[in-house]
Amino acid sequence: MTELLYGVAVAPFKDMVGSPAFFVEVLTGGVFAGLMYSLVALGFVLIFKASGVFNFAQGAMVLFAALTLVGLLERGVPVVAALLGTTAVMIALAWIIERLVLRPLVNQEHIILFMATIGLTFFLEGFGEMVWGANVKKLDIGIPDRSFIVAGVQINELELSAAVTAAILVAVLAVFFHRTRVGRALRAVADDHEAALSIGIPLKTIWMIVWSVAGIVAIVAGIMWGAKSGVQFSLSLVALKALPVLILGGFTSVPGAVVGGLIIGVGEKVGEVYWGPLVGGAIENWFAYVVALAFLLVRPQGLFGERIIERV
Amino acid sequence: MIYREAGQFKTSYASDQAIFPIAQDRWFVGLATVAAFVVPPLAANEYWLQAVLIPFLIYSLAAIGLNLLTGYAGQLSLGTGGFMAVGAYAAFKLTTAFPPLNIIVVFVLSGLVAASVGLVFGIPSLRIKGFYLAVATLAAQFFLVWLFNKVPWFVNYASSGTITAPNRAVFGVILTGPNATAPVRYVTALALVVVFALLAKNLVRGRVGRSWMAIRDRDIAAEIIGVRPLRTKLLAFGISSFYCGVAGAELVFLYFGSAETLAFDVTLSFLVLFMVIIGGLGSILGSFLGAAFIVLVPILLTNAPQTVGLHLPVALQKQIELMVFGGLIIFFLIVEPLGLARLWQISKEKLRLWPFPH
Amino acid sequence: MDRRGLVSVLLAAAIVGAPVAPALAAGEDFIPLLVYRTGPYAPSGIPIANGFVDYFALLNERDGGINGVKLAWEECETQYKTDLGVECYEKLKGKGAAGALVVNPYSTGITYQLIPKAAVDKVPILSMGYGMSASSDGRWFPWVFNFPTNYWSQASAVVRYIGHQEGGLDKLKGKKIVHIYHNSPYGKEANPTLDELSKKYQFELTLLAVDHPGQEQGATWLQVRRINPDWIFMSGWGVMNQVAVKEAASKGFKMDHFIGNWWSANDADVIPAGDGAKGYKGATFHAPGTKFRVHADIFKILYDKNKGAGRREAVGEALYNRGIVNAMYTAEAIRTAMGKFGNKPLTSEQMRWGLEHLDVTEQRLDQLGMKGFTHPIRVTCEDHEGSGPVLIQQWDGAKWEIVSDWMAPMRDVVRPKIEAAAVEEGKKLGYPMRDCSKEK
Repeated sequence: MTELLYGVAVAPFKDMVGSPAFFVEVLTGGVFAGLMYSLVALGFVLIFKASGVFNFAQGAMVLFAALTLVGLLERGVPVVAALLGTTAVMIALAWIIERLVLRPLVNQEHIILFMATIGLTFFLEGFGEMVWGANVKKLDIGIPDRSFIVAGVQINELELSAAVTAAILVAVLAVFFHRTRVGRALRAVADDHEAALSIGIPLKTIWMIVWSVAGIVAIVAGIMWGAKSGVQFSLSLVALKALPVLILGGFTSVPGAVVGGLIIGVGEKVGEVYWGPLVGGAIENWFAYVVALAFLLVRPQGLFGERIIERV
Repeated sequence: MIYREAGQFKTSYASDQAIFPIAQDRWFVGLATVAAFVVPPLAANEYWLQAVLIPFLIYSLAAIGLNLLTGYAGQLSLGTGGFMAVGAYAAFKLTTAFPPLNIIVVFVLSGLVAASVGLVFGIPSLRIKGFYLAVATLAAQFFLVWLFNKVPWFVNYASSGTITAPNRAVFGVILTGPNATAPVRYVTALALVVVFALLAKNLVRGRVGRSWMAIRDRDIAAEIIGVRPLRTKLLAFGISSFYCGVAGAELVFLYFGSAETLAFDVTLSFLVLFMVIIGGLGSILGSFLGAAFIVLVPILLTNAPQTVGLHLPVALQKQIELMVFGGLIIFFLIVEPLGLARLWQISKEKLRLWPFPH
Repeated sequence: MDRRGLVSVLLAAAIVGAPVAPALAAGEDFIPLLVYRTGPYAPSGIPIANGFVDYFALLNERDGGINGVKLAWEECETQYKTDLGVECYEKLKGKGAAGALVVNPYSTGITYQLIPKAAVDKVPILSMGYGMSASSDGRWFPWVFNFPTNYWSQASAVVRYIGHQEGGLDKLKGKKIVHIYHNSPYGKEANPTLDELSKKYQFELTLLAVDHPGQEQGATWLQVRRINPDWIFMSGWGVMNQVAVKEAASKGFKMDHFIGNWWSANDADVIPAGDGAKGYKGATFHAPGTKFRVHADIFKILYDKNKGAGRREAVGEALYNRGIVNAMYTAEAIRTAMGKFGNKPLTSEQMRWGLEHLDVTEQRLDQLGMKGFTHPIRVTCEDHEGSGPVLIQQWDGAKWEIVSDWMAPMRDVVRPKIEAAAVEEGKKLGYPMRDCSKEK
């Protein structure tokens, strides 16, 4: 019994202090992984914020964007043109979704819209695979994939560039939301659809813009995850990794997605490396949810979620 | 004309509050149930029973379970797969530890085990709501599956790491295991789902169901009128998990025959949730319709091209199937966002007036 | 008609359009093919399916089938999912003149759920190098075959190879070996064998689980970096493989000390890592590449006439060749059965006999144009596995090359474990043990 207690409560901390360089490496690993999760979570947040839709299809959009990009590259399209082409495809997709899915379902319950995005997921998975094939494709956009060592801590260039990209993306989105006309309109829509409509904000255009931006975020996420595993069907499963982040950070907060990602990333890495071996490992998946749950019990609306005020 | 209730007078509260107050409904449901017991075992081949009807019945039961929790009590759950896994592993442990125990009793007991696990994971529901609650249930989902995968005791230390349904007979008829014939397994699954659906229907009509709906519609208001949120929510988690647990046990014992934990991963939770939403939240009938949609439509779509003599490559066929299936989901939601059950209700109302439109 | 009316009509139409089996020509040997050409495992499923189909098509085109009996097959998409596997099996098991001769499930989950049915439906299962290791004992599992070798044999052969590289099995003492495994029954298969060998040869074994699907393995590779192992063995599947190879490369692990099992060493597994994957090794029981006569025939008779199942460049991929080997075993088992029951369409029970008496000799491989392609194999009533030896292949940046001799598994370690497991698994299903001396 004391042995178990020692293993749970003392040994891991001794271990952390004992080899600080490795501990720092675990932390950086967690930060990088967390930012990768944030990349996916961001897409969810954007759409939920503006249209109240929990977009189950975000994972499928990541897959579809990556497939399109790689498909264009394989056909000899230069990188910049391929990126622009993919962006155009994602915007077109947003337009179609707004037209065919969102508009007929306007004012429906959250859960119904959620279900509609599930239909969208099936469609995109089938369509993407039919057009671009089911094989694994190498995504090479010129990011080097080497590691270097700083003060005994190994850092991977690909992960570093993904982290930087995520940071830039968040900064751009923050500016977009707070400093531009469209951004202000977006926030107005998020606050109150009807009030926004009544002061002349075109709801449909706003939705299209939001889905387009989410599509562009999906391209970035697709590139970063695709560089890790190659572009393949499994990319659509990255959505699962974003769920605890989303719940922890709040569905409506861009900074929440980032901070949530960092907490989940660091939490699960530290948990797996230091406590995982006690119970046989592979605890990462549920540990992320337990971390999120622990936070939620204190703050039920998520870290940055809007405070829920209940009236009868 | 056909569906006319004129002349059916209710002379007591009991008859007015019957599950099927209209005679035609009573007859129709009664006949359909009898037909379901008699026709498929005699007429359907093994493919239909094993690959279509048995999974449909089992998923229906799971969908009823989730519908009680999500549709009636308003608590979103993505832990269905985990609770089904509890039922399956509990049934395996129970029947291998006590082989003479009647397998139906084993199913019920494993449902109770699942219910107690559901109670534990339902506790956070008191503080967390809506999509956020999904995290508590997802924690259950991932933790439970990890646990069954990790601890060899659950599979009786089998080197294969899987659980297998042994042959178990009730009154001399083998119900589960490799030697159970498809018609027998079908009838077993049907009998269980009929009994449990009836129970569920009565549950949601009674005090418990009404308190669930009160919590769903406005939890604070419900509290004020004297519904205790903790007890009511936990009861919903418990009963819902019981249903899921029985369905999970059936999944292994009547359908797969043998399973690893991957069979219960989060995709199963989503699948059952899809059934509940597409069928209709807060409707027992909807659970059946939703399960039928999710189980049957892909199979029909897979077989459709061949039926009309079109031989496509399997990959292309599957991709088209996914696209059509996704499109159909969106189409049905646009036509009737409240689910297939509502569609059924509307057509009943139409039939009532038919052939006179007013 | 309003929209809702339309819906009811559509529903009715969907219900009426029930599956009807197309009639197959009589007088053929029917093999159902459970494939996955879509979904997350398609990168592995496509080459396997193409190898299968090409070899069967080759036999039909070149030889007019087997001894004058044509082969017929039908693909069914499982997406590697168990429930679709059930559906496909039920749909196809009764097709053909005398039903399905043999099922190749190509998924651990589907194999496990078919094993109890096999004896009841009398359809043999050939789970070539996968499935349930315990089924290697034919006395308990007459209907299940997993030759030429199984996971436990593979693990021991890989340990033997590592010993060779280190200069002898005694040199393994004190070496650090990590097994990275898919956290599923499949991934865990090798663990007990490795565990036993680590005690026998006194190497330090660390088992690291990667949870399904395995897209994020940061923590695993952090642990690898801390342990700094001499060798890594991996039992991965799907996207886990690509990510692991990429992580190993980018973390600077010595790739030639990283060995994947035979489901973790396909061309698709190393392509995303690019040059970083150079040096990565994998176990296999057949050669990669196209330098064999059978491939020349496939090119000449199928691909030159646009009858190939896949892309021409994909012929010779590791898993494509695995499909060929599997199809070859199937065809040879049919031939063996015909030797006893006559040159006419077989029943599945005759096919089971054929599988159990399969004897593919060196000479026979030469006749088939597969000299050096795979190892000869002999199946017996007791031994449905054959303890076939294992090769190690290495990725040179563009293709796999064989870099080892045939590594024999440690049968003295593995076989007793198999027999013990077979008793346990067989009893679970309520099987009796066959007395092989009474079998003809």
